Amino acid sequence: MKSLLRMTWMEAKLFLREPVSAFFTLIFPLLMLFIFGTIYGSNPIPGGGSTQGAIGNLIPAFTAMIIGMTGLMPITITMATYRENGILRRLRTTPVSPLVVMAAQVIVVFAMTGLGMLLLVIAGKLVYHVEFAGNIFSVVGGFVLSSLSFFGIGFILAGTMPTARTAQIVAMVLLYPMLILSGAAWPRELMPETVQKISAFLPLTYVVNLLGGLWTGEGWGLHLLDAGVLAGMLLLGILISVKTFRWE
Amino acid sequence: MEPIVRVEGLRKTYGATVAVNGISFEVHAGEIFGMVGPNGAGKTTTIECMEGLRKPDAGMVRIFGLDPQSEGQSLCLRAGMQLQQSNLPDRMKVWEALDLYSSFYPKAADWKELLVQLGLEEKRNTPFSKLSGGQKQRLFIALALLPDPPLVFLDELTTGLDPQARHAIWELVRDVRTRGKTVILTTHFMEEAEKLCDRVAILDHGKIVALDTPANLIRNLGVEERVVFSMDGILPAGFEKTLSGAVRLEVQGGRVVIHGKNGRKVPLVSEVVNLLGSQGVQFHDLRTEQPNLEDVFLSLTGREMRE
Repeated sequence: MKSLLRMTWMEAKLFLREPVSAFFTLIFPLLMLFIFGTIYGSNPIPGGGSTQGAIGNLIPAFTAMIIGMTGLMPITITMATYRENGILRRLRTTPVSPLVVMAAQVIVVFAMTGLGMLLLVIAGKLVYHVEFAGNIFSVVGGFVLSSLSFFGIGFILAGTMPTARTAQIVAMVLLYPMLILSGAAWPRELMPETVQKISAFLPLTYVVNLLGGLWTGEGWGLHLLDAGVLAGMLLLGILISVKTFRWE
Repeated sequence: MEPIVRVEGLRKTYGATVAVNGISFEVHAGEIFGMVGPNGAGKTTTIECMEGLRKPDAGMVRIFGLDPQSEGQSLCLRAGMQLQQSNLPDRMKVWEALDLYSSFYPKAADWKELLVQLGLEEKRNTPFSKLSGGQKQRLFIALALLPDPPLVFLDELTTGLDPQARHAIWELVRDVRTRGKTVILTTHFMEEAEKLCDRVAILDHGKIVALDTPANLIRNLGVEERVVFSMDGILPAGFEKTLSGAVRLEVQGGRVVIHGKNGRKVPLVSEVVNLLGSQGVQFHDLRTEQPNLEDVFLSLTGREMRE
């Protein structure tokens, strides 16, 4: 327990010292929010079905974007480079368990993802007076499920790719189309219908749907498919992550 | 006394390459035991089998009676390990590394004291990536000492360090032993093994070719010692025949090398000096060259240590 706390604290400091991941998790989504806010203000997105202001819809979408980025990038890169550089090797010669090493990553990246979402919500409230119609516990629950199910992808990539470099490239190849096509980076309604169909195959789409729905006050009953897909990913993620973990 | 480390018939192959080919030895409490040999001799594989990082193909390894493969957790508490290839995150500071690693052990040594003992206090807040090679090694020694273990493994401790840093590390290793710990180290510097170790196993092609104290290895092999001097004139004819025992003379211009068997009754150097004096030969720059472990290796394997 003492080692988990100490390691979590250490990893949190390291996360914040790494400018790239801290920027993309905490600052970049805010920038996106301000850019879209300047374009659309509180008007509904043209052609979009929603009647709520654009910014209100963007907060859950950008949260999904943060989840996609944190699930795929920091965990993959950290774990793969730790293994490649012999950082895990050094840890292996101590009594610390691999579960502690993984748990520390999950806790830190989860907290940073949550912080990223919190900043979005605060900025939305203060700058754009976004109205929140959902149930806060529902939204938090959806957020926890979505983030944890995505973190599994990062661990699996780190555990299965031969080098840190390939892990990073594969993570990017998975991430970018997903960000663009799933509706996380901008509203899916703005894209042609054929493209929208592809999005059904992207895990991030289910995060966008779930969080977007819960945010506007829809119940879980309307999002059983989304929740089911994510829960399945979470289970598989845990199983495969633990199986594919390698010290070196 | 019961040895704390027992290795019997250890064998490890990587594909078609036999890295370690049937090695057996014991290490006793309180000694500095060295494994020395050229790159690829099997030193690191052997030490990593002892550390539990590699699984032997055959043979037995017991450290404090523990099997490193199945009882690695218990071994981690009783043996500190410094690895040849390992790292810390670039942005982790020295004190943070020590603080983090000490949380892994139920009874960790005081890392603040280790920081002072290893001369890292000034570097306390320096990120790992900004440390010099010697400072990184000192930090790794500190991490290895954190569990306050009775046994410390040091793998290629001084590779890549300048001579000054190397001597400082040797001092540290002697200091560790003075504190009652047993040290097992590998090195490809014969000089390091000779200066530091109580007993040395010389490895070549995955086998131990010799195992003894450095002094015994040198003495028993009957390697030659040499007396070297320069002179302006010519050496009197038959000079070497007046020396006792079998000697060999080599003259290169004004430079004379006299080879003699090691372990003579009268030291070769005093005989040579006396003879030169009595014959009135003017000489200068006289020195002796004692055989060292490099010579032992050469005579055992027929090859130079360094390619």
